[in-house]
Amino acid sequence: MSANLQLNDDGSLRHLLSLDGLPARILTQILDTAAGFLSVSEQEVKKVPLLRGKAIFNLFFEPSTRTRTTFEIAAKRLSADVVNLNIGASSQSKGETLLDTVANLSAMHADMFIVRHSSAGAAHLIARNVADHIRVMNAGDGRHAHPTQGLLDMFTIRHYKGGFHNLRIAIVGDILHSRVARSQINALTTLGCPELRVVAPKTLLPHDVEGMGVHVYHRLEEGIKDVDVVMMLRLQNERMQGALLPSPQEYYKYWGLTPEKLRLAKPDAIVMHPGPMNRGVEIDSDVADGRQSVILPQVTFGIAVRMAVMSILAGN
Amino acid sequence: MTLPKPTELIDRLAEQIRPTLTPDCALVGIHTGGVWVMEALARRLDSDLPCGSLDIAFYRDDFSRIGLHPIVKPSQIDFDTEGRRLLLIDDVLYTGRTVRAAMNQLFDYGRPATIRLAVLVDRGGRELPICPDFSGYKLEIADDQHVSLVKHDDGSLGFVRGANRI
Repeated sequence: MSANLQLNDDGSLRHLLSLDGLPARILTQILDTAAGFLSVSEQEVKKVPLLRGKAIFNLFFEPSTRTRTTFEIAAKRLSADVVNLNIGASSQSKGETLLDTVANLSAMHADMFIVRHSSAGAAHLIARNVADHIRVMNAGDGRHAHPTQGLLDMFTIRHYKGGFHNLRIAIVGDILHSRVARSQINALTTLGCPELRVVAPKTLLPHDVEGMGVHVYHRLEEGIKDVDVVMMLRLQNERMQGALLPSPQEYYKYWGLTPEKLRLAKPDAIVMHPGPMNRGVEIDSDVADGRQSVILPQVTFGIAVRMAVMSILAGN
Repeated sequence: MTLPKPTELIDRLAEQIRPTLTPDCALVGIHTGGVWVMEALARRLDSDLPCGSLDIAFYRDDFSRIGLHPIVKPSQIDFDTEGRRLLLIDDVLYTGRTVRAAMNQLFDYGRPATIRLAVLVDRGGRELPICPDFSGYKLEIADDQHVSLVKHDDGSLGFVRGANRI
């Protein structure tokens, strides 16, 4: 999958498909722009007229109400017209059908597609086949990427820690099934995080993990020792095939983030989670609702980040 | 034509504005030059009136032609604008499009009682029916010339003039 597909000839962002291959300059531009959008939600009219007259289609081939809602709110705060389409993946088993759907919607004068699909590469396929003026955003494709989640995580870290250059960051949990983890690793590496750790049981790590430039830990206590940021992942129950883990109770015992274990991290460490959380499985309620948790601010920042990407794409 | 120093013009503006201030006033600067002028004015006026800043990037009328402005700063209006008398402040008034955008944005924060406009330099060339209430200096300048306010490393303000940047 070519990173160039995402960029215009002048190097500006054309589609957002994956954080892999995006230069730091573009990531920083998105984060800076998102900071500007944060104040929109403080206005009495929580809306700016930037994308007036643009039609944005939420194409969800895989159900995800939360993600769809955040994109919908972002588009509405930019004054775009939003259409939500939940298309069952079963009726879309062939690539040709997917492109037919897109061609039909393009004929309705769509300006942007937000694509969520269970197959890796679906957003890329659409981006390769749409008319010149149409922009595509990946809202999650299989195990491959979830770039806006990665970006909102970067925004959250920068917001609380001021930057990336002195940080020790641990990504904890189901790395194998997580498209979020890949996006996070790509972005943190590009933005210059000097020590990135992945902390997971062997069965939940991809084979190629060592090649990603990260430090691998197989015990939670060691992995989060003295870190500035703990990025929890959701235990992907619905993706789990076969017996990779004994039971949720067993997982909690060894891998659940409890207040006691969190004390091993730096005292001012922040705890992040992409949601939805499995309380009592990967994270203890006392941590999720605790002083160091920034899980709800992540949701708020997610809107601003999605507004930023939409307006940058629409303007380039 | 030589422009007076920005500090001189800020003094002039402050003298014009001072008699019109009431306790329900608030100052709002437009990023970035307008915010510098507002900060300097607030010091001259020695007032504790609320101050805010606007970045009008999301309200510009040229988004469809040139896209999003590359540097966006957060807007910050930490007071209730409803029923307030707002003094909108910018460095250089030219086409009036920035002021149009700023007024649209202000109305998304609430319904102010009045909005008045103070600019350091009025260089003419208006494309919209907008006229400043207070102006430090009226500059005659050709359309292909630009003038803008800069902040030096020591914190002092200065003007930059030259051929238009394309």
